[in-house]
Amino acid sequence: MIHFVLLISRQGKVRLIKWYSPYSQKERTKVIRELSGVILTRGPKLCNFVEWRGFKVVYKRYASLYFCMCIDQDDNELEILEIIHHYVEILDRYFGSVCELDLIFNFHKAYYILDEILIAGELQESSKKTVALLIAAQDSLVETAKEQAGSISNIIAQATK
Amino acid sequence: MSGPSLMDSLFQRSLEDLIKGLRQQLIGEQAFISKALEEIRKEIKSTDLSIKSTALLKLSYLSSLHFHDMSFATFHALEVLSSPRFSHKKIAYHAISLSFHDSTPVLLLITNHLRKDLTSTNEFEVSLSLRCLSKIANVDLARDLTPEIFTLMSSNKLYVRKKAVAVVLRVFEKYPDSVRVCFKRLVENLDNSDPQILSAVIGVFCELACKDPRSYLPLAPEFYKILVDSKNNWVLIKVLKIFAKLAPLEPRLAKRVVEPICDHMRRTGAKSLLFECVRTVVTSLSEYDSAVRLAVGKVPEFLVDEDPNLKYLGLQVLSIVAQKHLWAVSQNKEAVIKSLSDADPNIKIESLRLVMAMVSECNVTEISRVLVNHALKSDPEFCNEILGSILSTCSRNVYEIIVDFDWYVSLLGEMSRIPHCHKGEEIENQLIDIGIRVKDVRLELVRVSRDLLIDPALLGNFFLHRVLCAASWASGEYVKFSRNPLELMEALLQPRTRLLPPSIRAIYIQSAFKVLVFCLHTYLMQRGSTFSSTSPDNLPSVVSASVSDESFDNLSVENGVDATVTHGQICTPAFITNESIVNLLNMVELALGPLVGSHDVEVQERARNVLGFVDLTKLKFLNYSVQEENDSEGKGVEASNIIELMHDAFSKELGPISLSAQGNVSLPDGLIVKENLGDLEMICCDIELPSSNSFSFGSPCEEKDGVSFSNLQIKEDSEQSNESTSLLAEHRKRHGLYYLPLGKSEISNDYPPANDPILQGNINGNAVDLVKITEESLVPKRKPSHAKPRPVVVKLDEVDEKPVALKKFESKDDSLSGAVRDILFGSEDMVPTSSQSNLSDKSSSKRKGKEKQHTAPHVESKENLVDDGNPSSRRRKYRSHGKERRHRSPRKKTAEEREGQKEKEKSSHRHGRHKSGQRAEEPLNVSAQAPVIPDFLL
Repeated sequence: MIHFVLLISRQGKVRLIKWYSPYSQKERTKVIRELSGVILTRGPKLCNFVEWRGFKVVYKRYASLYFCMCIDQDDNELEILEIIHHYVEILDRYFGSVCELDLIFNFHKAYYILDEILIAGELQESSKKTVALLIAAQDSLVETAKEQAGSISNIIAQATK
Repeated sequence: MSGPSLMDSLFQRSLEDLIKGLRQQLIGEQAFISKALEEIRKEIKSTDLSIKSTALLKLSYLSSLHFHDMSFATFHALEVLSSPRFSHKKIAYHAISLSFHDSTPVLLLITNHLRKDLTSTNEFEVSLSLRCLSKIANVDLARDLTPEIFTLMSSNKLYVRKKAVAVVLRVFEKYPDSVRVCFKRLVENLDNSDPQILSAVIGVFCELACKDPRSYLPLAPEFYKILVDSKNNWVLIKVLKIFAKLAPLEPRLAKRVVEPICDHMRRTGAKSLLFECVRTVVTSLSEYDSAVRLAVGKVPEFLVDEDPNLKYLGLQVLSIVAQKHLWAVSQNKEAVIKSLSDADPNIKIESLRLVMAMVSECNVTEISRVLVNHALKSDPEFCNEILGSILSTCSRNVYEIIVDFDWYVSLLGEMSRIPHCHKGEEIENQLIDIGIRVKDVRLELVRVSRDLLIDPALLGNFFLHRVLCAASWASGEYVKFSRNPLELMEALLQPRTRLLPPSIRAIYIQSAFKVLVFCLHTYLMQRGSTFSSTSPDNLPSVVSASVSDESFDNLSVENGVDATVTHGQICTPAFITNESIVNLLNMVELALGPLVGSHDVEVQERARNVLGFVDLTKLKFLNYSVQEENDSEGKGVEASNIIELMHDAFSKELGPISLSAQGNVSLPDGLIVKENLGDLEMICCDIELPSSNSFSFGSPCEEKDGVSFSNLQIKEDSEQSNESTSLLAEHRKRHGLYYLPLGKSEISNDYPPANDPILQGNINGNAVDLVKITEESLVPKRKPSHAKPRPVVVKLDEVDEKPVALKKFESKDDSLSGAVRDILFGSEDMVPTSSQSNLSDKSSSKRKGKEKQHTAPHVESKENLVDDGNPSSRRRKYRSHGKERRHRSPRKKTAEEREGQKEKEKSSHRHGRHKSGQRAEEPLNVSAQAPVIPDFLL
């Protein structure tokens, strides 16, 4: 299973992190520090797998972002690479040629999308189209709610309550 | 109240504002964050849910990406969760899954929220709740929400169903008893045609099977069907993983799955699936030769690929195969050796491992040669990786694979000369260890040591100091094998030795002492023989020897003299003349004189010892040069006695000592060994015990420095043996395993330190006995096929014994797999026996608090069984309690089980019972009872 997903920028800034196994806050910062040290120093054209503390970390660089997933020793590395790519493609489709800034300003959306792809450390949806539809449906739910909340009449109604 | 709310909602900083502010960093990141946190703390207390939720969203941003504690907001997150709006719920769930953990105090309050959302008609709300549960589930949540999960697992909304299936893994993990309720439904989902659901179910089984594969053997037919039918690579990879776990347990199953797996291997174009097939075959089906051949045939595809990922995976597969089929590695030898020079350190290390796996008695020379050459070329890190693996492979099992120790010792010498070598310590250990263990190698060892010592450049390399330490010790200890002790002496005393740390310098001086004694002794012997023949005819030969000796003093290696050394024997240098001895003594005085004032006590003391010895003996040799020996009879005899004694002291052989050797020493009559050494301190309180006391032979004498000795020779003698062993003692500290933990404690520790020469003799005598004992116990391992017989390696019985690893008792997994087994192997008669129902009655009544007394001791012991498990789960069980799990005999055939599985009424019956509150059955460890595997697939 996937123990955690980590997105870090080339400068070592964390852009997204999702834990599927329990780690204490202390461990978390340590893990991130250790891993960014290992991964960011690796040159291009090297293999995308790193052995780390008895686990394997599969990472791939897209533009200025490193997408990393930590998996068990006997998990399939190529499969994880495909999951990473799958996620990136969905992000790309959602934001329209995604860049790091999109993820910075929509960090929660990146999480929601990841949540549609992975659950409990396993892949749950391998169809890009389905994920896109699901996200759109939920967005519209949120939007309608916002519109209601945001309309002037609503604010006035609240204020005069 | 309303006023501030309006103002807040209009002027609240949104998440975007927060992020923008952070990026602008007008006031510095930390300052900005703490300001933002202050705002959030205020806003989150607002009664307006949209303000609250925005604050929560900002907080979760700061928490997840800037690692700020958000535990203060757990209750507020719950408040936001109760909002009817989807957007609020989403934010709240996100925050909760980020911040909640098992010990969050408000965790108990979330159960109802989760239940409400799990039963919601909005599938997205259900999914949010499921996702959150997968993250934060603990025992209570898992137990309380099991019915809802159970219902969702057969929901007709696929979107919800697959999530419920995925979540069930966590629920099982936290609350194994839920297996009784949900397992059948999980198995039913295996037949589902939807690929996403199938993928989720297989994912769950894959994880479950990793923990305890045996329990899932009865499901093999279902998995087999998927393996054959499925076209989905995601699913196939997971199924293969399951079979990789199951196949080793059941040979008939392995036989059945080999063909389909090979089919996939031949057909598929996807590298990930191909790789999984190959890996499954080499890990779990390695007995099936044709399959292994097919798999290994696919490996070159990976190895020669441009993609470094595939190359890496190919090497990994090879290293799995190597354990059983070494031929596969040798087949791909070229590719493996080539990847040693890959740009990627991971690939290099992987191929290094493979190369090391290929090493055997016959090719160790060859491979080491290749690797050492490689180490010379590669970067420092990998160079040391190579050296480290050579060292550890060669020394495995007391140098099992080494036949030609001469070669190995010279390899060690060569390795230490590699510029980046940082393995000095390991090389030092091995040089000394081999010197002690292998008698036949000592000649070569001394030669290698000489080469190392004589090179002044090496002294400047910090990492080599340890190697030089070993080299100096070896050349001192085995000086009798030296071809040219005079040259050795110069090497040991060369001015650049000041670069050495004092501890190693002390060893240098000690070795120089040994060499000096040896030279003098040899000279005396020579003279003795020359003068016994008393022929003036011999004179020319001595003269000619002295001529060649001249050149030695200039530290030039004379080939002609080297040639005079007879091979393989203890060579007596025939060229030591009086003149060279005098030169030698002068050199010692010159080199060690300044060290008398050294700040390091070890160096100072040893230098003084040597100089004292030189003072004693010098006169004799000076006299020789002036007159013939008759004139200085009185002093000469004394001096030669001293030399004789010293030489005897140094020529004692030191061998490895077995850890259990102590037991072989019979307790002398009348010696009372105390159990408690508490009063030892009283005896020795006025004497400061040196730290080396416990493991060196003669150390008790060290304290007696101030005491005047009646016999000077004894002092010298004892200190010699003492100091010559100090290096050994150091070695022992490291290799404590081979030695007595305390050097003859019954003698040296129970008696007050004494300078009794007889006692000294006793100790040494004992040491010799111990060596003899261990030599008797060694098992020589000779391979008759070798042209050159392998020298005897002194081995101790205990060396090979490895401590038995303690098995970790995982009662939690056991309880889970126990529950699973219970379902899968369960027989029809579910009626509990009277005693069991009795138990459950008792315990349930205990839970209600009506009966606080102890239940039967029988129950107590049962509960202790799970004591090792997760404390929280145990506590839970203790509280909710239940009845003993039934041990059913697993004699059911598959058909019957399937029947059993399809009995819906049964499960619903159980479900009902579950709801009535009796669900908490206590699973017990059933691992002792191995189920008989039914004859499936036949």
